[in-house]
Amino acid sequence: MTIFNLYIFDKCGTLMHYAEWNRTKKSGITCEEEAKLTYGMLFSIKSFVSKISPYDPREGFLYYKTNRYALHYLETPSGLKFVLNTDTTAINVKELLQQLYSKVWVEYVVRDPLWTPGTVVTSELFQSKLDEFIKQSPIFGIRNI
Amino acid sequence: MIIYGVYIVSKSGGLIFNLDNHVPRIEHEKTFTYPLDLVLDYDSKKVSVAFNRKDKINVGHVLVAVNSIPVNGITMEDGRDVKATLEAAENYPIILKFSRPKMTTNEKIFLASMFYPLFAIASQLSPEPKSSGIELLEADTFTLHCFQTLTGIKFIVISETGLNGIDLLLRKVYELYSDYVLKNPFYSLEMPIRCELFDNKLQELLAQVEKTGISNIDK
Repeated sequence: MTIFNLYIFDKCGTLMHYAEWNRTKKSGITCEEEAKLTYGMLFSIKSFVSKISPYDPREGFLYYKTNRYALHYLETPSGLKFVLNTDTTAINVKELLQQLYSKVWVEYVVRDPLWTPGTVVTSELFQSKLDEFIKQSPIFGIRNI
Repeated sequence: MIIYGVYIVSKSGGLIFNLDNHVPRIEHEKTFTYPLDLVLDYDSKKVSVAFNRKDKINVGHVLVAVNSIPVNGITMEDGRDVKATLEAAENYPIILKFSRPKMTTNEKIFLASMFYPLFAIASQLSPEPKSSGIELLEADTFTLHCFQTLTGIKFIVISETGLNGIDLLLRKVYELYSDYVLKNPFYSLEMPIRCELFDNKLQELLAQVEKTGISNIDK
């Protein structure tokens, strides 16, 4: 099991933070372009899901899988979006994202007086804590090619 | 074992077949007093709930009847305007019926062509080389399974969550498609599928899957 990369978007679609581990394929476009494409795709998926759902959705979209990876999605009521790409066998990623939000984002970004809401997160403490958090999680493993 | 719908999308992204199976009718009727505690949104085509969900009437539900008189868009069947009726205090107490909006055929075509780029972008944004497009999409109320054939046709099944073996069902639908659609001399490729035999066979298959489970599909 392995974790590829993580995007954090705010409610307006700005990329707040991007981190990657074990990523083997680049999309061939710049990071900003890629973030816009990802956000646009998620926005469309959200509207697609709410229309095609037979009942009223509560959380709506949870994740999708292809044959090579799975994209997991968590949106907080304030519109903050966490997007984590893992391999297809990863389990309990939703809990991991919830913990990432409460233990890392709230602690090291929201409580950082030097961070202005709505701007890109540059705090090194956050970056190192995030890296530590992801590497400690049980689904982060070294890939065997 | 509930299958909500089957969609077939052609190579160019157009919806060529769709079958609704067990779509729940979600309707709720309630007597309201003046002033109305629901916040309604008066669109140019429909009246929907914008805020304050209660008694299973949810945000996004559309008004379908006032005092059992059906509502067509923003006017009632007897010609009165809905907004004027709901704003007049003398009409209360009033019985309003709300329902979850039903997808029209146009909306289904729209959604099918919307899935096409999502499928392609998912493959492009992959962190791993040689990824396919979306094969499974899960939401809290349903799961979407998609199977793309080598020739580019997509078979999509919308089912309840937590089912295994939908892949088998998708392949079986593909088999029916090749037998009853492609072998039909009156069918031209990329055009909507109107083959009665295919309809019947597909419905038989879904009925069988619902009754006895996927593992019992005869191959």
